[in-house]
Amino acid sequence: MAQESVEVRESYPELDAFYDSLSDKNGALIPMLHRAQGEYGYLSQDVQLYVAHKLGVPASKVYGVATFYSLFNLERKGQYKINVCLGTACYVRGSEAVLEAFEKELNIKRSETTSDGLFTLASIRCVGACGLAPVVMVGEKVYGRVTPDDVKGIVDEYLGKAGEGNG
Amino acid sequence: MSSMTSQVRIALRNCGVIDPENIKDYIATDGYDALAKALFTMTPDEVVETVKKSGLRGRGGAGFPTGVKWETARRSESDIKYVLCNADEGDPGAFMDRSVLEGDPHCVLEAMAICGYAIGANQGVIYVRAEYPLAVKRLQIAIEQASELGLLGDNILGSGFSFNLKLYFGAGAFVCGEETSLMNSVQGGRGEPRLKPPFPAVKGLWDKPTNINNVETYANVAQIIRRGWEWFRQFGTEKSPGTKVFALAGKVNNVGLVEVPMGTPLRTIVEDIGGGIRNNKKFKAAQTGGPSGGCIPAEHLDTPIEYESLIGLGSMMGSGGMIVLDEDDCMVGISKFYLTFTAEESCGKCTPCRIGNMRLLEILDRITEGNGEEKDLDVLENLGNTIKDTALCGLGQSSPNPIISTLRYFRKEYEEHIFNKRCPAGSCSKLIGYKILPEKCTGCTVCARNCPVSCISGERKQVHVIDQERCTKCGVCFSKCPFKAIIRG
Ligand SMILES: Cc1cc2nc3c(=O)[nH]c(=O)nc-3n(C[C@H](O)[C@H](O)[C@H](O)COP(=O)(O)O)c2cc1C
Ligand code: FES
Repeated sequence: MAQESVEVRESYPELDAFYDSLSDKNGALIPMLHRAQGEYGYLSQDVQLYVAHKLGVPASKVYGVATFYSLFNLERKGQYKINVCLGTACYVRGSEAVLEAFEKELNIKRSETTSDGLFTLASIRCVGACGLAPVVMVGEKVYGRVTPDDVKGIVDEYLGKAGEGNG
Repeated sequence: MSSMTSQVRIALRNCGVIDPENIKDYIATDGYDALAKALFTMTPDEVVETVKKSGLRGRGGAGFPTGVKWETARRSESDIKYVLCNADEGDPGAFMDRSVLEGDPHCVLEAMAICGYAIGANQGVIYVRAEYPLAVKRLQIAIEQASELGLLGDNILGSGFSFNLKLYFGAGAFVCGEETSLMNSVQGGRGEPRLKPPFPAVKGLWDKPTNINNVETYANVAQIIRRGWEWFRQFGTEKSPGTKVFALAGKVNNVGLVEVPMGTPLRTIVEDIGGGIRNNKKFKAAQTGGPSGGCIPAEHLDTPIEYESLIGLGSMMGSGGMIVLDEDDCMVGISKFYLTFTAEESCGKCTPCRIGNMRLLEILDRITEGNGEEKDLDVLENLGNTIKDTALCGLGQSSPNPIISTLRYFRKEYEEHIFNKRCPAGSCSKLIGYKILPEKCTGCTVCARNCPVSCISGERKQVHVIDQERCTKCGVCFSKCPFKAIIRG
């Protein structure tokens, strides 16, 4: 995949403001990363360097923390995030097969993004909707009792939306 | 949930009953009475003593006596102490804590303030999963409303006691549910565990004495203070008083949260509350304790559930996930599921956990793919026990449990995979095949039309055949055949 040129920005005013608003600067690294990801979608190298500079910690520490936690993305994600629940309740009701069906349908592996930037496929663990197992989430929308047969329909729904948006 | 008869609600008493975003609702159900009672009629020592006498034990997994923990933190001398709430809820398939936080956030805040008063701490932190946005929002609202009414903050109710609460968000790491990892995470670092001792009650967050409890543990505290320890002890058993909330899921008819007195037999939960197994299948096992726990087979269905009995069965209470498995679930597959989870979540700090779990997983992979060897079972057991004995934190010390417990009760199933290359539950796709029974096939073509790889052939009204070479064993034909003419084996 072509490496997108990293945004080079002199400053990140949103992060500065957030930092200033913190009453306790101890332990600010993870909140800063949460905020940065919320603002910019992912943690680019620039953003990580900026956070390191702002907090006065080595960049390696920022990178170490950013890679430790699975919620932090170091790469840009697709427009629609498809999350298949692999929590135990969903697993015993066949969510693995659902995930495989998505892999086939989108022609990517889990935690990859389609080349058109439309979909990112990932697994998550228990969204607390075990009664609806197996559960799939696309963005905030929850699909319950999903079978491999439903997968194409779900993907098409978003392909349709993306088409409308462009046309 | 259909049957409420065997349930008793203490931790969940307000969930679904009050408006969690309105503090007045909580106060109307005697909320914050316990805090006032503690502040104005009890000494901190009396609060600790009451919690001790209640016999309340940690609901986050290990079942450590809460009062003893509070007492240690109280006795640790320090200018600053902390009260932490573990709302990380990492067991993949459990949502007890989430329901309490979303349905009754104030009961947690109240308990933390009481704890602060008891141990001499003025600061509290709730470490909550960022994956629970609604819980986060409700906690924020609750903290705001309680602060406005002077139930949190400086000089609570004019008592001279101050207690401030902050939220801190996890970022998706199971090991951060382990208390010392959680503290490292709050300090802004990688959530790697610390060596214990020193225990958090002596040296915890920012190296200060810290009391950490689970959400559900806290959810019991206000009731104990308000109604007395004798009241609490009327529920549950001598060694495990009170109730436990379980997230019942899997193959039962009724799934959802249940709160039952400790000592309730597993059978009551599965059959009466859970309404038995779906589709008239047979119960095979109940998995408790999540990735740290094990599987309890049918012959132990009448065991009363309490901390010790579950450990005796090779499982554990854990935080309250309970997944019911039926005859279609492969126990080797279930072990593999949990090992995949722990191997992925191992923080990598200690070698037994980082490398040992990978080796265990590779062996399970082999077995489920039909490449298991005779010696594998011994290796699983020996290596598993070595990891348990040598890993740094609770994650590694318990990660082999799913394997060890299934080996104990379902060894034959492992042996079938290894020696006969068969998966008796018909779930390991590499070990199963599908066949069309000529005497039952009517040539309706349903299977051929639904096969995603078009490997079934046959003329209409003629017996169909599956091309075994091209079959991906997806099972679609098996489930679609209207005449049950396709068998799996
Ligand atoms: C790997 C691992 C994960 C854990 N995850 C959680 C968790 O998600 N929630 C929790 O309350 N306790 C969890 N614990 C237990 C905590 O370390 C700790 O025992 C608990 O928060 C103490 O509170 P309690 O005494 O009220 O149970 C975990 C322990 C380990 C070893
Ligand atoms: S396991 Fe999927 S929602 Fe709980």
